[in-house]
Amino acid sequence: MPISSDKSGLKVWQRRDRNTQLLVWAGWLLGTMVFLYCWRQISDATEWFFVWDAPRIAADIGDRALPPRWAYINSLWEPIWDTLNIATLGTLFALVLAVPVAFLAARNTTPNRYIIRPIALLIIVSSRSINSLIWALLLVAVVGPGVFAGMLAITIRSIGFCAKLLYEAIEEIDQSQVEAITATGASRWQIMAYGIVPQIMPAFAGISVFRWDINIRESTVLGLVGAGGIGLQLQGSLNTLAWPQVSLILLVILFAVLISEWVSAKVRGAII
Amino acid sequence: MEPNTHPFILPQREILMLKLEKLTKVYPTGDKALTDVTLEIPSGQVVALIGPSGAGKSTLIRCINRLVSPTSGKAILDGTDLTALGAGGLRRERRRMGMIFQEYALVERLTVMENVLSGRLGYVGFWRSYFRKFPQKDVDEAFRLLDRVGLLAMADKRADELSGGQRQRVGIARALIQDPALLLVDEPTASLDPKTSRQIMRLICELCQERDLAAIINIHDVALAQMFVQRVIGLRFGVVQFDGPPEGLTPEVLTTIYGEEDWKETIQKVDEEDLQDDAS
Repeated sequence: MPISSDKSGLKVWQRRDRNTQLLVWAGWLLGTMVFLYCWRQISDATEWFFVWDAPRIAADIGDRALPPRWAYINSLWEPIWDTLNIATLGTLFALVLAVPVAFLAARNTTPNRYIIRPIALLIIVSSRSINSLIWALLLVAVVGPGVFAGMLAITIRSIGFCAKLLYEAIEEIDQSQVEAITATGASRWQIMAYGIVPQIMPAFAGISVFRWDINIRESTVLGLVGAGGIGLQLQGSLNTLAWPQVSLILLVILFAVLISEWVSAKVRGAII
Repeated sequence: MEPNTHPFILPQREILMLKLEKLTKVYPTGDKALTDVTLEIPSGQVVALIGPSGAGKSTLIRCINRLVSPTSGKAILDGTDLTALGAGGLRRERRRMGMIFQEYALVERLTVMENVLSGRLGYVGFWRSYFRKFPQKDVDEAFRLLDRVGLLAMADKRADELSGGQRQRVGIARALIQDPALLLVDEPTASLDPKTSRQIMRLICELCQERDLAAIINIHDVALAQMFVQRVIGLRFGVVQFDGPPEGLTPEVLTTIYGEEDWKETIQKVDEEDLQDDAS
């Protein structure tokens, strides 16, 4: 009890009582001990010689990588275009598939809580639990290397992300607006179109550009496993130790990500 | 005190619009929100439903248009038992019951016009409503109603740009474009200032008279209710405690509805406010 009386009968208020306070301290102690133990483990598994040597190696590689090989840019236009396409089309397909999944997963719109909702949640979890690079690895094996595999990987990975955020937005809508539309005698689909969709439009737009933004980044590495885009060139350059090309590719990626950030910020600002 | 079950005496020419027979609602938690509510409302009559918070006022009007399903009893609208309807029949009957909400419940991101036209959803197919291709007569009626509630110039504004009083006017227009026989009004003035509250109550009551609508208005403000309605029903713990004209609300009656309190002030205030209104 945080409120107690001292000897003179004065009422004393403390944030926590004595036992809670002790528990909090014990928690901190435990946390610190776990951290120190884990640090020991990592330290034992590290060759510290290489770490101390790292600045020299990094400087060496930096030295070789600069200046970037600007002429190489001409063979990068096509892969960067592919990368943008993978990200954009992947996001679009993912959104088309995520919308129904989100409506089936949201507690207030799902047609059945005991069968359909768990299935929708399973789709979301399985899509989210595997990284797009792993999806790409699998899909390259299934549909063959190239842009299509990359796009599918982005799509599959993004369904869960978009559906999860969207169904949370659906669950947070103002139910009285839905009630009002229901009370007019509207049908199920009309209730959705008038009572729910307008309320989740800002969230939907925000989620779309946010995921597109993430997908631009993700699709730049998909080429590492043969799923198309600029990652293919990156891998080739890394393997042949062509550091000036690597630095140019990294610059191009940075530039692409900057542009996507700018676009998504503009879109979000315009919609809300 | 025994629940007042005397039916309100109806003049012969009026049509019986709504009849509740032993309407009861028990929530899954076991809370008895309504117990054997029986009453009759003729067309053109505006009834104020008063009672403390949690007395079942909202539940009662939601049981009528079945936003909440009653546990037992009947709600009969113009001869149709609403409690027995399937999904399609319910949607058809809901078109005849306009509802007005406490927090307006407008679709905030749609325009005033879209909000008003959404009252026609029950009459229009999905794709027509999706593409906002409402029949011209609906659009004409929407303009007429917006003009009537004084918001013609706001038709193209988004609902969230409006003030509270303006929003409630849109809510009224949305309910009326349904061409209802009955209005269910849930705390229409709870979020409004006193002056706007009066204007909104006056507007609702005038419109009910113009269109010969029956109406149930849930309201906390007893004085405001007494100024505008012909009949008051008092609810406590889901049981009807009083059913009669507003003059019948004596301190004793208010005590049975709300509990012990000095009620003389409340009742006096009505007369004073009326005088002030007449003076201004």
